Amino acid sequence: MALLTLDQVSVAYDNQTILKDFSLELEKGKLLSLLGPSGCGKTTTLRLIAGFLEAKQGKFLFGGKDYTRVPVNKRNFGFVFQSYALFPHLSVYDNVAFGLRMRKVKDRDVSERVMRMLEVVNLNGFEKRFPQELSGGQRQRVAIARALVIEPDLLLFDEPLSNLDANLRVNMRVEIRRIQQELGITTLYVSHDQEECFSISDQVAIMNKGIVEQLDRPETIFKYPATEFVARFIGFHNFIEFDERSDAGDAISLKVGGRLFTATANPGTVRPGARKGAIRPDDLIVSGDTGQEAANALPGMIKVSTYLGRSYQYVVETELGDFTANQEMETPYFSGQRVNLIFPQDKLVLVE
Amino acid sequence: MREKHFGLGLFSLLVFIFLLGPLLIISVTSFEPGTVLKFPPEGFSLRWYENIFKTGGFIRTFQISIIVSLLGNLLALILGIPAAYALSRYDFKGKSLLNAIFLSPVLIPGIVLGFTLMKYLIVVYQLPMYLGLLIGHTIIMLPFIIRVIASSLSSFDFAVEEAALSLGAGRVRTFFQVVLPNIRSGILAAVLIAFLESFNNVDISVFMTGPGVSTLPIQMLTYVENYFDPTIAAISVLLMVLTGLLMFFIERIMGGLTYFTKR
Ligand SMILES: Nc1ncnc2c1ncn2[C@@H]1O[C@H](COP(=O)(O)OP(=O)(O)O)[C@@H](O)[C@H]1O
Ligand SMILES: [Mg+2]
Repeated sequence: MALLTLDQVSVAYDNQTILKDFSLELEKGKLLSLLGPSGCGKTTTLRLIAGFLEAKQGKFLFGGKDYTRVPVNKRNFGFVFQSYALFPHLSVYDNVAFGLRMRKVKDRDVSERVMRMLEVVNLNGFEKRFPQELSGGQRQRVAIARALVIEPDLLLFDEPLSNLDANLRVNMRVEIRRIQQELGITTLYVSHDQEECFSISDQVAIMNKGIVEQLDRPETIFKYPATEFVARFIGFHNFIEFDERSDAGDAISLKVGGRLFTATANPGTVRPGARKGAIRPDDLIVSGDTGQEAANALPGMIKVSTYLGRSYQYVVETELGDFTANQEMETPYFSGQRVNLIFPQDKLVLVE
Repeated sequence: MREKHFGLGLFSLLVFIFLLGPLLIISVTSFEPGTVLKFPPEGFSLRWYENIFKTGGFIRTFQISIIVSLLGNLLALILGIPAAYALSRYDFKGKSLLNAIFLSPVLIPGIVLGFTLMKYLIVVYQLPMYLGLLIGHTIIMLPFIIRVIASSLSSFDFAVEEAALSLGAGRVRTFFQVVLPNIRSGILAAVLIAFLESFNNVDISVFMTGPGVSTLPIQMLTYVENYFDPTIAAISVLLMVLTGLLMFFIERIMGGLTYFTKR
């Protein structure tokens, strides 16, 4: 059974419904990310679980108990804020010790646990500093240590890296994953950065306007997005609306305007009837050879050619609309050149 | 590049003379040995400073002024801190109305407020004069307390409070252990500003004073109606020193009154 279950919860600010019949499950020891564009309700979900918000409807179960009405300070969840939210008037040591003192832990144990946690986040020697005297990355570590030292049943992160510069972001996310796995702590992580979420998560929930469009392992989502929204969000720029579909075992044949395509079957992520094809610009092959009329090929003309550094990006005009393709090559195609677009069968996926 | 601007410099100088001139004149005349205020003075003497302490009323009303200001300040804090907290942290129906009510004593002419308070507190409800004075001063201090503390609260990240809650602190404990220590300087500034406002007040006090109960400014007013000696100048100098000290503290605590006018 899942450790955390959101069962059909609804949340509204004033009269505006943000989450409606929202459900989510999380296994013990796993890291689940909520990923989605700004304003889709990620923070709202996190704050609901933390207890800062109350659900209008639905239930929040944790460890088999009903937590829906349990107040924040009784939940024993660690929360890491986007703004870090350290106590400005307390030293690093006292910041980390705060939660333990609220739990009436003996001074000796407090000191031992605080020092151990500062070691985990690589901040030994910083106990006496105040938050203003730390860099952004160090503050974030203090915030994490402060949330971890209480041995929370659940750790919640709200875009913890968005205020750090790019290099530090990569280091910190590795760090967060290391600590999370080392301590085996169940974690819910919110971000709008796809790479960040995919790199550290066991599971990712892609959110759109208050609903989860897809919840899966990052690898699965990356290869087999369930919906057009998810596909677009993770970089599929090309879509084809097919007229006909026929399945024969794993092989799927598709037809549009007399052209024949074959696509790969999704491992159960998409409703069987889906007829919208999607492919990444990186996976679409632009071939100079226009003679053949093969399956999974579409003749077209180069409309725009731009240099991306490692590759060229082409916008190709076809009878099915414009397609974007990235390709590494020595001498690029020129605008107006006739080409053939090849859709490799294992890269063309079907979405809803 | 900095140009020397003669005209502007002269203008500033004139403004300074205009502002500080009277203070300077009063300071100098307070050392006048004669019995009538004169400028320039005809000698140097501290007799009028002595007179402050000898003449009945000044010391007693000074004490009353201090007590009323401090007690009123305390009351205004007890009412004002929760109000400032609610106004800066929560959204609720009628918030802007409440905001307007809390600030109205600044907008209503003191005379009107004073008269109304006297009419109701003293005449209708027959409250003792002392209590009326205290209530009046609490009311005039409240807007300053609320304003300054609310502005201090709104620059304090709400997430910090939420962090305390999520770490297991209750709301009350969060307020005392996390919020209060972080708005200390705001509270101190509020107290000092409100104190000055109350201590110098005439227009409310004038309705709430009578036999046996008076404040220093009212006593001074009464005195100048009857005497022309430099005692008043001497008191003014002492009050200026006191005010100056308070301003110095405000300056040190929060970079001056700009803190108050910024928002
Ligand atoms: N306190 C609030 N009052 C009213 N609307 C809010 C409040 N907080 C968030 N919202 C709205 O709820 C929606 C979801 O917000 P949020 O959960 O913060 O999104 P995300 O974290 O995914 O960017 C947004 O449309 C936002 O405008
Ligand atoms: Mg957010």
